[in-house]
Amino acid sequence: MISEHLIIAPILIPFVVGALMLLYDDRQRQAKFWLSLISVAAQLLIAVELVVRAKTGGDISDAEGISFYLLGDWSAPFGIVLVLDRLAAMMLVLTALLAIPSLVYAGAGWARQGPHYYSLFQFLLVGLNGAFLTGDIFNLFVFFEILLAASYGLLLHGSGQLRVRAGLHYIAINLAASLLFLIGVSLIYGVSGTLNMAHLANLVSSMPGEDRPLLHAGVAILAVAFLVKAGSWPLNFWLPTAYMAAAAPVGAMFAIMTKVGVYAILRLAMLLFGETGGASAGFGAGILIVLGMITVLSGLLGILASQGLGRMAAHSVLISSGTVLGITGFALAGGGEAMLSGALYYLVGSVLATGALFLLIEPMNREDGGIAAMLALTADAYGIDEAELDEVPDIGLAIPATMTVLGLCFALCVLMLAGLPPLPGFIGKIAMIQPLIAQTALPAGLAWAFIALLILSGFATLIGMARIGIQTFWANDVPLPRVLALEIAPVIALLVVLSLIGFRAEAMLRYTTGTAHALHDTAAYAYGVFATPRAADRPDAAEDQP
Amino acid sequence: MEIILSAAIGILSASGIWLLLRPRSFQVVVGLCLLSYAVNLFIFSMGRLTPGAPPIMPKGGFVDPTRYADPLPQALVLTAIVISFATTALFLVVMIASRGMTGTDHVDGKERSQ
Repeated sequence: MISEHLIIAPILIPFVVGALMLLYDDRQRQAKFWLSLISVAAQLLIAVELVVRAKTGGDISDAEGISFYLLGDWSAPFGIVLVLDRLAAMMLVLTALLAIPSLVYAGAGWARQGPHYYSLFQFLLVGLNGAFLTGDIFNLFVFFEILLAASYGLLLHGSGQLRVRAGLHYIAINLAASLLFLIGVSLIYGVSGTLNMAHLANLVSSMPGEDRPLLHAGVAILAVAFLVKAGSWPLNFWLPTAYMAAAAPVGAMFAIMTKVGVYAILRLAMLLFGETGGASAGFGAGILIVLGMITVLSGLLGILASQGLGRMAAHSVLISSGTVLGITGFALAGGGEAMLSGALYYLVGSVLATGALFLLIEPMNREDGGIAAMLALTADAYGIDEAELDEVPDIGLAIPATMTVLGLCFALCVLMLAGLPPLPGFIGKIAMIQPLIAQTALPAGLAWAFIALLILSGFATLIGMARIGIQTFWANDVPLPRVLALEIAPVIALLVVLSLIGFRAEAMLRYTTGTAHALHDTAAYAYGVFATPRAADRPDAAEDQP
Repeated sequence: MEIILSAAIGILSASGIWLLLRPRSFQVVVGLCLLSYAVNLFIFSMGRLTPGAPPIMPKGGFVDPTRYADPLPQALVLTAIVISFATTALFLVVMIASRGMTGTDHVDGKERSQ
């Protein structure tokens, strides 16, 4: 009985832990750190268990491995459902894999720069996990808002003029996007009478012709809100500044926040306008392809034009978003499962790599004095005691051969982002390019243009990052920075995970192929919800009742 | 009634968008508020306009759904009001912090002439 409630655990655990930590002030920081770490580790374990369940089929109502969880035991489509399928489970694991290193890194110093870092971090995870799990578009809005509200706090963490200014723009843009989200959701409700994604997928194929333009308008407005979050051109001019201004561990978590937008677009597009979409099949595919290509182009030019590593990392987030968006468009237009599988593989790799890069930026640019000087600089902003500051240099071990370790990590990140062998970036790009050449659904010129952009974006990444690498590691006269073991360990852990994904590419690609297949075959998702029995109606539950 | 409601939504969102694009952060906040009012009205109207119809149905017996208003958009509006209220309050805090740190209420943190 417990195991069926495991689906909601990734939302409940961070929520309870985050709320609990709010009760204590930041003098309990050490305890909070361990509590957060336990919470995130539990989320990783549960996410892995959920992946296994999604692969083999759940014990509740297994429609080809998709499990449904009826919140409050209301039968669909009247209540809200959580849906666990391969894609959701994969994103949960990815979130937890990124959260652990980011949390450890923050524990080394950044968390001291402002109040309630750990609580905000846990609430961010509530929003992320919830957005991946939910099967209801209004509930998706609520989780998006939780995630955004936490991210506003995290972006401003550490204060400072640059962050407040970037935060002002970030909040204003996301508030406006949320209003668009609401307009889209209510328009869809007004025309279809449902908010349940699976129910919606059922209704689309049989919707009368005169209602379709309204539905399309609603989904398009909704998609604009997601595209803002995904950082698609021309809605992405806020992104590099905001990501650059964020504290390093926050920047690393932001690497997955754009992917929530991409995830929502991928999920809704395949569900509503896939092959079963009737007259609406393939709606928006062309726009997604074009927007994806321009986004990659803008990221590519941005990387070449950037002077600092922070801005460069933010632009590489754009490239990876644009790539997955473009491939979503291709898949929507009937490009086939294989390229979507490659794109999902690429998404996992690029999120982890950009996360690692964000964690590397700050140690690489650190002037002499290390973390103690950095803390002293912002200490008065929050009135941290002098006595507490004195303890700071003792928090960890400084690593030997700093430059060598930093340089190696940086080189691996660049190899990954540029898509050079042997890291997963290369495998992911090959897995996308091969089906792009073979596809026949769309004009070959478009596919070739996309391939050219993919390869050029890798090349631009290599040029830009190599320039920064030379400046930092070879042509640098400032004394060596002091980097704590706790700060470099998360980066190394991320790189180890990346190489594991590279070595186990076959198993991983098999999983993403299954995911892409499930995304194309929407029947299991669309009808499974209605086959899910309420707990009160199940035979074993009836015996308990008098 | 349809004309009045749609005109209200239109005017509110038009003024909201205009204010949102202004350079002063106070104007941006007011613009966001007006826009969220427009959106709330829009969500409400998506449940169809039914004068004098209660949203809650009695329990048991035959219920004619055409005599009742759709309760769902009303619940959605409540959620949307709460969330946009909270996030606007947060935005105000950031705005005031920005005003204190930069000494100007321009959204870019500096006057254009400087």
